[in-house]
Amino acid sequence: MFELIGVAPQALFGQLLLGLINGAFYAMLSLGLAVIFGLLNVINFTHGAQYMMGAFGAWMLLNYVGIPFWGALVLSPIIVAIIGMIIERTLLRRLYHLDHLYGLLLTFGLALILEGLFRRQYGSSGLPYDNPLPGGTNLGFMFLPNYRGFVVIASLVICLATWFVIERTKLGSYLRAATERPDLVQAFGIDVPRMITLTYGFGVGLAALAGVLAAPAYQVSPTMGSNLIIVVFAVVVIGGMGSIMGAIVTGFGLGVIEGLTKVFYPEASSTVIFVIMAIVLLIKPAGLFGTAK
Amino acid sequence: MRFAAILMAAASVLAVTASAQAQTPVKVKIGVLTDMSSLYADLAGPGSVWAAKKAVEDFNATNKSLQVEVVAADHQNKADVGTSVARQWYDVDGVDMIVDTPNSGVALAINTVTREKNKVFVNSGAASSDLTGKQCSPNTVHWTYDTWALANGTGKAVTKNGGDTWFFLTADYAFGHALERDTSEVVKANGGKVVGNVRVPINNADFSSFLLQAQGSKAKVIGLANAGGDTINSIKQAAEYGIVSGGQKLAGLLIFLSDINSIGLKTAQGLNLTSAWYWDMTDANRAFAKEFSAANGGKYPTMVQAGVYSGVTHYLKSVAAIKSAKDGAAVVAEMKKMPTDDKLFGKGEVRADGRQIHPMYLFEVKKPSDSKGPYDFYTLKATIPANEAFRPLDQGGCPLVKKT
Amino acid sequence: MTTSHIATSAGQDGYSPVRIIIALAVLAVLLVAPFGVYPVFLMKVMCFALFACAFNLLLGYVGLLSFGHAMFFGGASYICAHAVKVMGFSPELGILAGTAFAAVLGLVAGLLAIRRLGIYFAMVTLALAQMFFFFCLQAPFTGGEDGLQAVPRRPLFGVIDITSDLNLYYVVLAIFIIGFAIIYRTVHSPFGQVLKAIRENEARAVSLGYRVHQYKLMAFVLSAALVGLAGSTKAIVFQLASLTDVAWQMSGEVVLMTLVGGMGTIIGPVVGAAVIVTMQNYLASLGEWVLVIQGVIFVLAVSLFRRGIVGEIVAFIQKRKDAAAN
Repeated sequence: MFELIGVAPQALFGQLLLGLINGAFYAMLSLGLAVIFGLLNVINFTHGAQYMMGAFGAWMLLNYVGIPFWGALVLSPIIVAIIGMIIERTLLRRLYHLDHLYGLLLTFGLALILEGLFRRQYGSSGLPYDNPLPGGTNLGFMFLPNYRGFVVIASLVICLATWFVIERTKLGSYLRAATERPDLVQAFGIDVPRMITLTYGFGVGLAALAGVLAAPAYQVSPTMGSNLIIVVFAVVVIGGMGSIMGAIVTGFGLGVIEGLTKVFYPEASSTVIFVIMAIVLLIKPAGLFGTAK
Repeated sequence: MRFAAILMAAASVLAVTASAQAQTPVKVKIGVLTDMSSLYADLAGPGSVWAAKKAVEDFNATNKSLQVEVVAADHQNKADVGTSVARQWYDVDGVDMIVDTPNSGVALAINTVTREKNKVFVNSGAASSDLTGKQCSPNTVHWTYDTWALANGTGKAVTKNGGDTWFFLTADYAFGHALERDTSEVVKANGGKVVGNVRVPINNADFSSFLLQAQGSKAKVIGLANAGGDTINSIKQAAEYGIVSGGQKLAGLLIFLSDINSIGLKTAQGLNLTSAWYWDMTDANRAFAKEFSAANGGKYPTMVQAGVYSGVTHYLKSVAAIKSAKDGAAVVAEMKKMPTDDKLFGKGEVRADGRQIHPMYLFEVKKPSDSKGPYDFYTLKATIPANEAFRPLDQGGCPLVKKT
Repeated sequence: MTTSHIATSAGQDGYSPVRIIIALAVLAVLLVAPFGVYPVFLMKVMCFALFACAFNLLLGYVGLLSFGHAMFFGGASYICAHAVKVMGFSPELGILAGTAFAAVLGLVAGLLAIRRLGIYFAMVTLALAQMFFFFCLQAPFTGGEDGLQAVPRRPLFGVIDITSDLNLYYVVLAIFIIGFAIIYRTVHSPFGQVLKAIRENEARAVSLGYRVHQYKLMAFVLSAALVGLAGSTKAIVFQLASLTDVAWQMSGEVVLMTLVGGMGTIIGPVVGAAVIVTMQNYLASLGEWVLVIQGVIFVLAVSLFRRGIVGEIVAFIQKRKDAAAN
């Protein structure tokens, strides 16, 4: 550890880059959560399970149907999103008029069911998924696996595209309007319930996409989501619930901070995000990018 | 309560006299307390339950003096759930012996309860060498492996083969620390050097930062003092970062057959590991694995599951010898007296501290091209003889071992 | 928490003869219960019931959802186990030490969290609990993931032998009744009325001149202390303290118990705790399905009987009364 501080600039640069890669996953997951919360007012605890389903989807497509990674990157999120939309139509919809708490509890229950079913079927130790982009590039200060580089770029593109659609396009403005005054938007002839269903599907799809991206890097395992979900919640809260840009920036930012903690005080690297969350909430209750309602 | 105890005692006396007279079978109840649903479910779990039942079936085929029942429960990796089940089994359901119990925390708790209730605990799944060390008990037998044996096996072999500088990737909890400590000692004793370590929090999915630190240390060997998903993830990501192709070697300190299945041979090939048992070593093992696989959806038995079979078999023999299962300490004393001998673990013994002694094996994971069938994963590299495989009796600090 | 339907039972206080008879009947059942049901199981139910009741004091009566109550439960259980095992305290002093620790921890956490509302309050408590979890994982005295094992059951007050489960059962029953009585009195006191007023409309409570934050803080500390009482008792019963009790899943479990039983009802959390603990105990042999079944119960509870078991029964009785009155 101390040797590393000795050779600081180079090694540190490598660690920063690694933090950014981790941040890419946080950003994509928290983005989905933020979209769902911002537009539906539901705290989607199933997000971790949906991320896991995305990874399993990729695995199943490969092993049962023979569709490789690149196909799964498109198909798996769509399938998981459809399942998500069915859940929204049948269960979540009935809770919109109630407190946040109920949505959170319902999705928590769903997460338990999904995780339990996958454990039942595929065991707990996980399944292998081959790296579609083997090899790597020597950047001088570190060896960057090609696949990790791809993950960062893909995630940045997806995050910015999402932000653009919601904040800068007409469709996005309908969405935002629909959450503020559904009755009014409905009166303009827009099918608000369908829009909400699609939004939920989109948020879920983002989680599943992150899952597919995670499959070659981590393990495809039933617990991969539940280990991550609490951290991602923290990311969303720090960024400000419902803030799209906040989720993206905080996701990448916290990835970097966590990466640095892994060098200087590795034992605390899984706790550092919560420390930051407590501090941020005490100073700026609505999160870094949020506005108090 | 006291009345019940008298009744129980009377009943057991009756049972003993009855069996002496009319050969009525002695009733024995075995509880498989394991992890059915999470981390350790693949390496123990339902497979362990099957192994225990199989041991009973095989025992009954040759010896009709016992009437054995097997029950099972999930401890969910929580010490309080585990002890609740154990107490209820011992107090209410008449369970005489608990077997398996992966997860050291739960195992240590069951160790205490079993001693208090004077029953028998045969552990196969947990790693903590404290079970036969500081916390050893006249009611506990530790069967398959422990941290000391793993560290000794892998650490010694790898260091002697030229891997004399080590960097540890350690899971940041008691088990990881123990594994790191034990391995470091072995490495140093064999002329090697530990150049650094990093403590990784549990449930951390991304090891790239830690692997980079390991890479930067220039150590010849990266010791993985972790288990389960952590080990799998670190091996997988080490391949991604080209650590093995860069000339550094990985040494997995606790790896099960089920883990290799999860990683895939392509990534795991070349890995050195220590195991107490492997299915493809003898005809008896292969026959056992074949039956196991047919009953468990194609999975093959791990050393923990084989250990459950072996431990239950020896337990039943001992109960049959003293014709009662009621006094746990007496049964364990008999288990220590009688040499162990079964088709999976061969001949061995249970030491005074409760440690079952058998050879350990050092394996290398095969290349995908060398693997001929399902679970054909290992090549045997070395056999560590039984008398060297486990911590010497006088070094564990077990109070049951008389100082000479 | 502005849900109004949970307030139904809150209005019925007092000591009508019917209620006293019911209470005595329940007490009688509890006194003979260990002869029919396994006492360790009953003790576990009571520990969790007290935990859930104390949690409900905050969720049901003040409307604050804490997602970090595991830190009080597990923290107290560590302190109690350590005091008894290593420092040689007698059990009653160990329990007191654990409770006091939880109260102090509650005061610190409360001061930090109490000004936040809704989901932000939940998140601050979660963050604090995660930090506490980290502390427990790192601190040498907790024994890491092995926990503190083999905590002795010394004689209570130096005279009462609690090594037998039956004796200990009555001790735990007494502790449970004391804890429950404190909660009952709190809820039905003027202090409790103010808390309910804050839950229903905080702004109005402020405008009426109540120092809302102080009330909330007091409720938070009281809740933490009682949770600590439950946690300490559990350490004595199971003779161990482990990381399970400080992990965030434990904080989630207590929400589940309260929700299933019926939040904002005095007896709901007890029923919820009994249901969940029974389930965990008897489903243990079902293994892999436990998680799925728990999830299904969650979903059913939220979708179909949102008021919880007790809440639904109370609502049903109320409905019939109303129908009869018309």
